[in-house]
Amino acid sequence: MSYLSLENLSITFPTENGPLMVLDDVCLKISKGEFISLIGHSGCGKSTVLNIVAGLLQATQGGVLLEGREVNDPGPDRAVVFQNHSLLPWLTVYENVRLAVDRVFAKSKSKVERHAWTLHNLALVHMDHALQRRPAEISGGMKQRVGIARALAMQPKVLLMDEPFGALDSLTRTHMQASLMEIQATLNNTVIMITHDVDEAVLLSDRIVMMSNGPQATVGEILHIDLPRPRDRVTLAADPTYNNYRAAVLQFLHERHAKPDVPSSKPEQSERPQLKLAKG
Amino acid sequence: MSKPSNNLINRSFRWLAHTTLMPLVALSLFLILWGALANHINTSLGKFPGPTQVWEQSEQLLREHQAERAREAAFYERQQQRNAETLKEDPHAEVTIRPYTGSPTFIDQILTSLLTVATGFIIASLIAIPIGVVCGMSAPLYQAFNPLIQLFKPVSPLAWLPLVTMVVSAVYVSDNPLFAKSFVTSAITVTLCCLWPTIINTTVGVASVDKDLLNVSRVLRLGWFTKTMKIVLPSAMPMIFTGLRLSLGIGWMVLIAAEMLAQNPGLGKFVWDEFQNGSSNSLARIMVAVFTIGFIGFLLDRSMLLLQRRVSWDKSAVLR
Repeated sequence: MSYLSLENLSITFPTENGPLMVLDDVCLKISKGEFISLIGHSGCGKSTVLNIVAGLLQATQGGVLLEGREVNDPGPDRAVVFQNHSLLPWLTVYENVRLAVDRVFAKSKSKVERHAWTLHNLALVHMDHALQRRPAEISGGMKQRVGIARALAMQPKVLLMDEPFGALDSLTRTHMQASLMEIQATLNNTVIMITHDVDEAVLLSDRIVMMSNGPQATVGEILHIDLPRPRDRVTLAADPTYNNYRAAVLQFLHERHAKPDVPSSKPEQSERPQLKLAKG
Repeated sequence: MSKPSNNLINRSFRWLAHTTLMPLVALSLFLILWGALANHINTSLGKFPGPTQVWEQSEQLLREHQAERAREAAFYERQQQRNAETLKEDPHAEVTIRPYTGSPTFIDQILTSLLTVATGFIIASLIAIPIGVVCGMSAPLYQAFNPLIQLFKPVSPLAWLPLVTMVVSAVYVSDNPLFAKSFVTSAITVTLCCLWPTIINTTVGVASVDKDLLNVSRVLRLGWFTKTMKIVLPSAMPMIFTGLRLSLGIGWMVLIAAEMLAQNPGLGKFVWDEFQNGSSNSLARIMVAVFTIGFIGFLLDRSMLLLQRRVSWDKSAVLR
């Protein structure tokens, strides 16, 4: 039995033009310690898959099994690193991570241990120099590091990352990828990461899950990346195997599943109906 | 002199000009225009007061206040003297001190009004913020409350005044009341109008908390209380304060009108009394009250801003 199993996930959102099936029969089995990338065109439902695993969305059909037990609601065992970091702007770097630590280890760790664990995780992402800064006072890359530290500090069974480096400039992104590989080498977490970046997917993943275009998106192809670790981006750049993998992903994305020219409606994430209020 | 320091002087001069000189110019223009126009307005109580008369009356009001205080002190001193004499003759005699019952001065009326508006505003905030938080967090509750809020929001609290007066006189019956009935009536009227802006702005602030932050709270499985304290309230704080400032501003305006209408002690009553009094100085004294009301309203708003700065996490936010 696999560690994490996505069993025939389908999800349908009600829209003004009738129900819209975003995911159709997504199946995926993930072993412990595996690094999976989800790649696909925007609007294909990658985030929806991630949000279902996180428990933030409920699948219409099918379900998610973690260690053989169904998960229906969000919880710290499936920590999420959000694309826009989602740090609480009124708390310092330390307090943001500490909030998660206090919540998850309220009973199992003493106050001193929780303090040490917070510092340990911030040191892991090289953010221990800015403990008392607020999110507004640090760069985008640093915010994302803190977001990762917060997720890691929950000691999750699965780490879910929704385009974690999508908002960063390319130089910062390569630094972050290197950091993530370094952390992954020590902790060997089970990771599902959404990305748009082919290089990032090949560099980091054990398997790349390529999704077909939505609506009714599903798993198109799965590519095993059989490159030895630790991987180095510079040496890999000249490696023919690495380039073959890149080519395979590019081919899938741009030849077999090219985005149609017609702009499709993209209900990638269902927005809850917002309260409409008059200001005054 | 070197160039950079020259620049600095230039810049500080411009800064001074912007912050001090321009307002002074506007103020002088206003005073000149007012003085000139006032001379041409003849009322049944004489000429409309110009800046000089108003200034004189403000000094006069202060003097009256000091005189009244002196009389009060003298009154108590006389009683004490008399009591001491009585006790000397008969050590078992029962002596009492009767309270002074002079008419309230301008300063007394200001203090009464401030106390009333503060009481009404604090009660309203204590009711409105929780309602706003609950409405913002729960869409069904919002749907339930919204028609009521929309119905009562546009009602002038002065329309409530007769009802409040009657209810207070019927319900607030006590031999030894802690607060005067008029005080309770005015405070409740202020409360009634301070509720709505705070409820509405708090609801909007709470309902528009970033969805990602709420997802963080769901992933962490934060309890209701922690979620409210750590995520919802800090995030809604700027909107809550917008509501509070609107409420306080409206409350202050309404209070003056309510005091005029209900003859409850306070600045409004002072204005009304002067109007009824109809002496040649009345208009100037009313003008003093007008400026006082404006200045206090301004101070109230500033103090809310200072409070917001104290409470707000975002020290860099521009508050105006």
